[in-house]
Amino acid sequence: MELILSIGIGVITGSGIWLILRPRTYQVIIGLSLLSYAVNLFIFGVGGIKSNAPPVLVDGVDISTLTDPVPQALVLTAIVIGFATTALFLVVLLAARGLTGTDHVDGREQSK
Amino acid sequence: MNSFPSHIVIAPIMLPLLTGALLLFFDERQRFAKAMISLVSCCVLLLITITLFQQVNSTVNTEVAAVVSTGVYLLGNWPAPFGIVLVADRLSAMMLLLTSLLAIPALIYSLAKWHKSGAHFHSLFHLMLMGINGAFLTGDLFNLFVFFEVMLAASYGLLLHGSGQLRVKAGLHYIAINLVSALCFLIGVSMIYGVTGTLNMGDLAQRIPSLQPDQRMLLETGAAVLGVAFLVKAGMWPLNFWLPSTYSAASAPVGGIFAIMSKVGIYVIARLSFLLFGSTAGESAGFGHDALLYGGIATIVFGAIGVLASQALGRLAGFSVLVSSGTLLAAMGTGNATVAAGALFYLVSSTLTISAFFMLIELVERGQDAGANVLAVTMEAYGDAEDEEEDAEMGVTMPGTMAVLGTCFAACGILLAGLPPLSGFIAKFSILSAILNPSGLGANDTIPALSWWIVFLIVFSGFAALISMTRAGIRTFWASIEGTVPRVLVIEIAPVMALLGLTLLMTIQAGPVMRYMEETARILDLPESYIQGVISAPRATSPAEEARP
Repeated sequence: MELILSIGIGVITGSGIWLILRPRTYQVIIGLSLLSYAVNLFIFGVGGIKSNAPPVLVDGVDISTLTDPVPQALVLTAIVIGFATTALFLVVLLAARGLTGTDHVDGREQSK
Repeated sequence: MNSFPSHIVIAPIMLPLLTGALLLFFDERQRFAKAMISLVSCCVLLLITITLFQQVNSTVNTEVAAVVSTGVYLLGNWPAPFGIVLVADRLSAMMLLLTSLLAIPALIYSLAKWHKSGAHFHSLFHLMLMGINGAFLTGDLFNLFVFFEVMLAASYGLLLHGSGQLRVKAGLHYIAINLVSALCFLIGVSMIYGVTGTLNMGDLAQRIPSLQPDQRMLLETGAAVLGVAFLVKAGMWPLNFWLPSTYSAASAPVGGIFAIMSKVGIYVIARLSFLLFGSTAGESAGFGHDALLYGGIATIVFGAIGVLASQALGRLAGFSVLVSSGTLLAAMGTGNATVAAGALFYLVSSTLTISAFFMLIELVERGQDAGANVLAVTMEAYGDAEDEEEDAEMGVTMPGTMAVLGTCFAACGILLAGLPPLSGFIAKFSILSAILNPSGLGANDTIPALSWWIVFLIVFSGFAALISMTRAGIRTFWASIEGTVPRVLVIEIAPVMALLGLTLLMTIQAGPVMRYMEETARILDLPESYIQGVISAPRATSPAEEARP
């Protein structure tokens, strides 16, 4: 599972970095979204990968079978903040499209 | 026994949050009410930060009492490593005071016309103050991320305030870069958490010396990734190409308050590099100092070249921010507490200067002939912003405009170049003298070649600023073709003069200010005091608990 998760994170990160380096604003925003998914998975990963493990300590549960709840809380916060800032970016992207008439990140097409 | 009235530590966060939220309920047409609430809130914030500052300053600072001078606030009354803590020590209190000192002039300046040119200026302004104050106060890495995002989200709104093609273009780049750096922040934080199992800065500093070598490598990788996020904010070369165009695109009062934002990055780097990788960090001691040193040097070079090359005043100010950041980073990179004391003085002085300069630029450029490139671009981008100037009910026009503007401009030039008699000189002098005497005056050590390089570059960057400011000043004040006198309102020039007045005050009161900075740097260099202060912070007891025997 570690292998699949790490390959998954790697592929998503790679795609994300490729996309944010592209000249179209839409590609950039998709790249940023992919990167933030990869980062969220990464944060999950640092807590140690366990399936079906409860995050909350209850009587009678062995402490070694618990999963670390902190990374989950961090992921939740990161998702919310990432979502909000991406939405904001989307608005700016549309404004830039409207004002400059092009979806190039520099606001003008490169001269050939 | 905690000497702080218990809740004052969180007040600099709560007050702007509540004000920002409250102002959302007012209609945009109730501009006067909004402006007054906003201004009153800023003044109260100033009073709070002054109180905090005095309390931190008044504690006796022997080695042991340094612990007491750290005001620790346990959020939700959870004991330290488990809950989030807010820490108000000397450095935080100083930065908070500086923020509120910048906020009031920027706000007053905006009342002349800028706050009318878009929705929710005051709310965004206060939310940004909340983010900045939170970043200065928090003692938890993840909480720092949250406050960073609050600050950045508000700053996106403020940057776009006034709209126009130029701002939207700059905003697009600014937001994209900051989103990427936020992701770096998250990667860094989660790696550090994965290795140490804690996010509390004090607890983290305690655990670092006892890490295994393989864990140490991961931790240092995490810290480096984390550092990238702060260095983007601070504007270290090569992460700073966005900064001059973004800052010069921002409207004048926003530029004024943005001056503190790059210092947030510097603050976090200073805090973490001294705390986590200071003298007590075992094998990790001094990690990253070289990167800061060389990065800082590269930033000074880049900034100085930029200052020389700038045609527009806005870009000149943007590159001055870089010079200031570079000087601070290089000074932090020496890892020497005496240099850090000078650097803190420089931080305050240069932030006040740059903030005043950003606001002054708009006034000066208003008078330039329409042929000037900058103004042409501005006019094209913002359309008919001139209509706004007709309603001057907020104040009277300034008499002797050119004389006042010219004096302020000259003062900015002197401060940026670091010439005597103003505080820019004292700041640079104390950094240089500390670099050349690393173990105290008269100790007669050999000075490494690198130190000479830093000295040379700091002097050179001042020289570049002098050349550039002189050139711009001559072009604007002496050789202006049309010679039109700009209409400047008193409430626009007064904030600039107030900020420059503060640097004058720093010059006159250089002794006490410098003593405070030295003490701050000394305590910064003693991570134990911070760690002890955080870990041993007592929980507040409820009356019911106290009643029990």
